[in-house]
Amino acid sequence: MRVVLDLFRYNREFAIGVVLLGFVVIFASLSFFSPYPPNDSFVVPPDVPPSWAYPLGTTSRGQDVFWLLTFAIRNTLLFGFAVALLSRILSLVIGLVAGYAGGIVDRILMSLNDTFIVIPLFPILVLFYFVMRDKMSWGLLALAMSCLGWAYDARLIRSIAMSLRTREFTETSIFSGMSMRQILTQEHLPYVMPIVFSTLMNNMNWSIGLEVTLSVLGFTDINTPTIGVLIYWANQHTALVAGVWWWILFPVLLVVIAFVGLFLLAVSMNEHIDPRSRLNRVTG
Amino acid sequence: MRGYGVYLLTRLGQFVLVVFIGINISFIVTHSTPIDPVEATIAASTMFGAVNPEAIAIMRQSLKELYGLEGGLFEQYLTFWRRVVVLDFGPSLSAFPAPVSALIARALPWTVGLLVVSTVLTWILGNLLGGLAGYYHQSRTLRFAGVVAMAFHPIPYYIVAFMLLIVFGYLWPILPISGGAQINLQRGFNLPFLSSLLIHSILPITSLVLVGLGGWFMGMRSLVSNVVTEDYVTYAELGGVDRRRILASYVMRNSLVPQVTGLAMSLGAIFNGAIITEQVFGYPGIGHLLIQAVHAGDYSLVLGITTISIIAVSAAVFLIDLLYPLLDPRVRVR
Repeated sequence: MRVVLDLFRYNREFAIGVVLLGFVVIFASLSFFSPYPPNDSFVVPPDVPPSWAYPLGTTSRGQDVFWLLTFAIRNTLLFGFAVALLSRILSLVIGLVAGYAGGIVDRILMSLNDTFIVIPLFPILVLFYFVMRDKMSWGLLALAMSCLGWAYDARLIRSIAMSLRTREFTETSIFSGMSMRQILTQEHLPYVMPIVFSTLMNNMNWSIGLEVTLSVLGFTDINTPTIGVLIYWANQHTALVAGVWWWILFPVLLVVIAFVGLFLLAVSMNEHIDPRSRLNRVTG
Repeated sequence: MRGYGVYLLTRLGQFVLVVFIGINISFIVTHSTPIDPVEATIAASTMFGAVNPEAIAIMRQSLKELYGLEGGLFEQYLTFWRRVVVLDFGPSLSAFPAPVSALIARALPWTVGLLVVSTVLTWILGNLLGGLAGYYHQSRTLRFAGVVAMAFHPIPYYIVAFMLLIVFGYLWPILPISGGAQINLQRGFNLPFLSSLLIHSILPITSLVLVGLGGWFMGMRSLVSNVVTEDYVTYAELGGVDRRRILASYVMRNSLVPQVTGLAMSLGAIFNGAIITEQVFGYPGIGHLLIQAVHAGDYSLVLGITTISIIAVSAAVFLIDLLYPLLDPRVRVR
């Protein structure tokens, strides 16, 4: 708790990030109070510009942009969180084991890791959609993306684990008869948690970005409203040409707010983890 | 020189591994689906009117052959690899009878051109500005540049490209927003074509640069501000070495080493971005082709593009790895 307060006081980026993300989360939680289910269309008059009755206007499909957006951002955030959480598990296991074991295990895991960093994921995900078609769902995409998106962070975690390996307390634990699993989960895990949190934010950004891109192109399950799906439908109805700009503008605006918020949180956490830059900030 | 040889061999091994795993992933992906691509294609082509069952049986057989889905799983796996090795993915269904490899070969130069220009531009600009910002960290202009670069950094390519499209296609239409060059010009080495090429590439390149800049900027700035505190830099400053020289050959050069590694590692992500940018601006490259292929239901083309992308990106990474020892001489003597 003290850490959070300190961050708030000394780190402007963190404060802004919290405010932005807080706004987005509150907006998303409004979806529970929505008067309409997300997939119903023609519940309100179509193509009404923003007004008091419909603060963000309505779509050409007769949906209220405000309430639709609450569902969309909730699903988008949840998606990002699910991918980030799942891929954290993979990167933690691989990073910690590689850093601790060293030698040949480390080499094998790291060449695997470098492979996943290099491979262009987008065509693979498109291929995945292409063979799945209507069977494509929110959960499947999340699973596929977390299997592909762990590599960069595993490398970061490994570099910390390597330095932890040479610390005295690791030797002590080995001599006191702890198994590798015990050492990793009880001794090393707490040390890498801060970096796991900051990479969680980064990974959410990454996965939300990919999800938005895929669904804008129509390459996901287009019946679950997410920010990308919203933009997809707006494009399908040529909203910009028809002058229904509010259908595009507000989703884009909201998702950009979410991106910047997550990014600022990740950056400020990284800075906080690095004692050198933290000191720099506090002293002046 | 022996160190260099060992280095080359390990990088080559990594290259082979990337291609191997990448191709395996695409094999697994294509075989993980409950939907049979052959039946899907037949259903799509017999949607209009009845076709006699014998014709369908023949069609099924030839499609199976075309998609490499004959025989057992292991046989299919071997067929898959054989196609990758000879780079022959059969004819494209949506542009029949043009072979997939010809379609890809036509689109590839556009993507490569767009990627190389924008990546080099982004990398140089980001590192230069970041280096300067790290060295002269009091400068207000550079701080402002940093804020702008960082503001675009977290936003995905699609959104930035889309925003540019809205601004320059809708609010202030001065630049062409679609296509690779004007269509009615003679393609070749003449002025009207080249200038049209240039104008058409401004928006795609700008969007790629805008998104990419922040990462290099921030990385370089923190690297330089760490290197600046090293003893040898202080020593050089005390010794009266010209500040510009310190920045260029004492600070920047040493900080560039991890940035080159970073470039190799982020090439895949940059490639993803280029695909998306192409789609937004209707640029006639690989990405545009890929998305067309998906909409047309062209199985061989989608698979071909995925495979070629994996090979091309890992080859580019290998190339950067080859250049790496020029910057970091330690590799040669290890």
